[in-house]
Amino acid sequence: MLTKLTGGKVYDPAHQVDGKVMDIYIRDGRIVDRPRDDEPINQEYDIRGKVVMSGAIDMHTHIGGGKVNIARMMLPEDHRSDPAVHSEFCRAGCGHAAPSTLTTGYRYAEMGYTAGFEPALMPVNARQSHLEMGDTPIIDKGGYAMIGSDDFFLRMLTAKQDQNAINDYVAWILHASQTMGIKVVNPGGISAFKFNQRALDLDEQNVHYQVTPREVLKSLSRAVHELGIPHPLHVHGNNLGVPGNVETTLKTMGAVEGYPVHLTHIQFHSYGTEGDRKFSSGAAVIAEALNKHKNVSADVGQILFGQTVTCSGDNMRQYANAGLGSPRKSVIMDIECDAGCGVVPFKYKDQNFVNALQWAIGLEIFLLSDDPWRIFLTTDHPNGAPFTSYPHLIKLLMDKSFRNETFARLNLDAQGMSTLASIDREYSLYEIAIMTRAGAAKLVGLHDRGHLGAGAGADITVYTDNPDREVMFAKPDYVFKDGELVVRNGEVVKVTWGHTHTVKPEFDRGIEKEIKKYFDKYHTMNMENFKVSEDEIAEGGRGGVVVHACEGRRERTE
Amino acid sequence: MENFAEAATINAVACPACGLLCDDLSIERSASGSLNVVKKNCAKSVAFFERPYKPSQPQIAGQASDLKAAIAEAIALLSKAKHPLISGLSTDIQGMRAVMNLAESASATIDHMNGKSSMRNLYVVQNSGWQVTTLTEVRNRVDLLVVVGTDIVSYFSRFFERMIWNSESMFDQDTSAREVVYLGGQNLDTSAGISPKGVKPTVLPCDMDRLPEVTAALRALVSGKHLVATEVAGIAVSDLQKLAERLKAAKYSVMAWVASSLDIKHAELTIQNITGTVEKLNQTTRSSGLPLSGNDGDVGAYNTSSWISGYPFRSSYRRAHPDYDPYHYSTERMLEEHEADIMIWVNSYNPDRLPPETDVPTIVIGHPAMKFKQTPAVFIPVATPGLDITGTQFRSDSSVALPLKKLRETGLPTLTEVLSAIEAGVLTV
Repeated sequence: MLTKLTGGKVYDPAHQVDGKVMDIYIRDGRIVDRPRDDEPINQEYDIRGKVVMSGAIDMHTHIGGGKVNIARMMLPEDHRSDPAVHSEFCRAGCGHAAPSTLTTGYRYAEMGYTAGFEPALMPVNARQSHLEMGDTPIIDKGGYAMIGSDDFFLRMLTAKQDQNAINDYVAWILHASQTMGIKVVNPGGISAFKFNQRALDLDEQNVHYQVTPREVLKSLSRAVHELGIPHPLHVHGNNLGVPGNVETTLKTMGAVEGYPVHLTHIQFHSYGTEGDRKFSSGAAVIAEALNKHKNVSADVGQILFGQTVTCSGDNMRQYANAGLGSPRKSVIMDIECDAGCGVVPFKYKDQNFVNALQWAIGLEIFLLSDDPWRIFLTTDHPNGAPFTSYPHLIKLLMDKSFRNETFARLNLDAQGMSTLASIDREYSLYEIAIMTRAGAAKLVGLHDRGHLGAGAGADITVYTDNPDREVMFAKPDYVFKDGELVVRNGEVVKVTWGHTHTVKPEFDRGIEKEIKKYFDKYHTMNMENFKVSEDEIAEGGRGGVVVHACEGRRERTE
Repeated sequence: MENFAEAATINAVACPACGLLCDDLSIERSASGSLNVVKKNCAKSVAFFERPYKPSQPQIAGQASDLKAAIAEAIALLSKAKHPLISGLSTDIQGMRAVMNLAESASATIDHMNGKSSMRNLYVVQNSGWQVTTLTEVRNRVDLLVVVGTDIVSYFSRFFERMIWNSESMFDQDTSAREVVYLGGQNLDTSAGISPKGVKPTVLPCDMDRLPEVTAALRALVSGKHLVATEVAGIAVSDLQKLAERLKAAKYSVMAWVASSLDIKHAELTIQNITGTVEKLNQTTRSSGLPLSGNDGDVGAYNTSSWISGYPFRSSYRRAHPDYDPYHYSTERMLEEHEADIMIWVNSYNPDRLPPETDVPTIVIGHPAMKFKQTPAVFIPVATPGLDITGTQFRSDSSVALPLKKLRETGLPTLTEVLSAIEAGVLTV
């Protein structure tokens, strides 16, 4: 089966293709070189004049696991406002802030997204995360295993175990939880909260383990690097949402001592304390530091106005913010001496000073960051806004007059505290393609996604070039997933099951003896049952597990 | 491939007979396929694993039939119905996935056999939220356990053994010095709360239906309010004041309840008093609620339903989208008011959980050992997850899901196979 997409305007930053008119050929789910002239084309799509990109990749989106499902459970009122009706191809569900799994898959695909990564997969809850992602159709998925407040790891740091042992544990976690990367949330802080600490600064000790967040970051970023895991350590820093946390964030960039690190939803970590209300934008210094530190990447975690729900592993900070929730309810959990979670519904309002400034801070970071290969388009779904608002966010980035009109309607005090209106930059289609495709694939470590070269998985999105970028990105003409047409005119026409991406770095299996003893002594589950098998993920005809190579790993240090 | 005709000892077996989902069991299988729990057993696990398997076949109106005919009959009944109810829902995650698919295709409403008690907790989550913890946290951190309105062990046999009187804990706590308080209930068997050193628990009994006042009084005292009354439901306010002080002094108190035991008016307000107390305590120290549930797969069922439809059970696909109404879509009410004109009762785990007696025609898909008082229109015995087939189940605390093992070969169809066949039939009629 050979398919040809004829005459589209191609944006493929991985190959420095910027709007060139090209044909694309697909065979057996892969993009292939131009075939011989005598080979029959089985199907041709005339896409002359249309914009072609690879399928978009959301490198940070809360789509599966305990906290997301708590959010679903606690928000029937939100679901009622967005019922998802069943159609010829799609099952029913619900949308908006915490959409059902099926609707999540359909709606991502309908926006031209073909992959999404759950960034806070708690190893002890891995099975549930994979069950939910397994019920999320069409898109590929994967998770970052959240460690750094787990007792086993913190014990290792207290005991000053050597880096080889840390690396073995990290690798074991990746295998057991079937994940693609490592995430740390409020390093050491989720644990500290259980010992009744209410804040933890970068150099402050966890009272029980006598370990600082800096030490957590150092050992984990090094472990990820030495194991050759493509995705750098994914960091949700300390002091999320706290005015003045810009200092923590700047120090965090240095704490990893040059190892690659990804700072997630950096908008929530870019707050100063200037002005009458002691809340100001730290975007300029953050962007400057990002531009300088080539080992650091970030996604923004843009907030957009309206009702949403915040779900986070950071129960220390979620507890602190629970009183600001709207509607006023929250679920805060300590979980298995492993981590925690906090779910707080939020309604961001454009006339609220703080919310309006948060909105501006996110956009300032986008626009002041020079390198689109190191800054990524996220709303930290659903924490800043539901992922369905991406087309709106893209328009804000690409259309200065639209952005300024929106800005002019915000809380006046917030306007006075932001430089946004003076920033002229407009993102190009090429840059959007970097942020949402090529850069994201490179960052996550998907070698055969995020580009349109021969050998790539045929995840392709075709748009009608519309000066209204929100309209354009909301409703692609065609979306192909692994070469199959899954969306036409913004609607699902075929439901497939995407792959689950993982890494399985080599490690010294000897560590499992220690872990087994530890489980038997302290835990309430057997170590063997903690591990998620590939069969469980692929069950019932769902997409299987893809294992990515860990290249460039370092030898064990002696 | 495992040979099920061979004798073997199987370790790390998870037991779905209650919500604790203990997975430290060892099970011996004889060559004939009979099972024995040889390590870490309790009455519930013995009853679950050691029940001898007697071949069972499908029935139509009480008459022996075969699978194909029984499925065809179920399809015929379902196709005639205007409003099917799928209830029971005692199954694992894989089974629930099939339930959700059939519910959508048959425009059915779903509820669980423990819907009434589960809703008591879900109402609280949806109304105010809560601050709660999980079993490993309890096992390693709790210094003061307050048990509200239950003895716990009649629902969860090994709770104290595994979570309270464990000999080792992560943070070098002397676990035998843990304090236990029973608040509410009468004549509870509180012996499980006696520490290994022989220290007896504090017991503050009251009638169950007075728990709303008692928990409100405790909440008020923890909040620093002064009570004019000297006793509440027979408990001296001074005793409640002492409890409030102990809670405030504790480093990691846990307040546990079992929603099924709160079979009283204002159960959800009682739970909210507990979680409100916890919320208040967390202003200065750490405290957590512990809602114990998960029996008959209820926690797994509402989790699966929530991620697939957005709603826990007591939701419906009567319209083209899921619709949630915990009042209208209760099994009890739907049967009483004849709103449902057919019921499918799904029950994989405990053969004693029979469908409610009703004149609404009932299709039972469940445990092969089920014996009926009222003959169902159709009965299809299916494989039990964790016994006859592999599966996945959620634990009480909703944070841990564990794999269930296949221990023997019975050749029974899976719930998924049966429901998918019915769904395919319904869609083509």
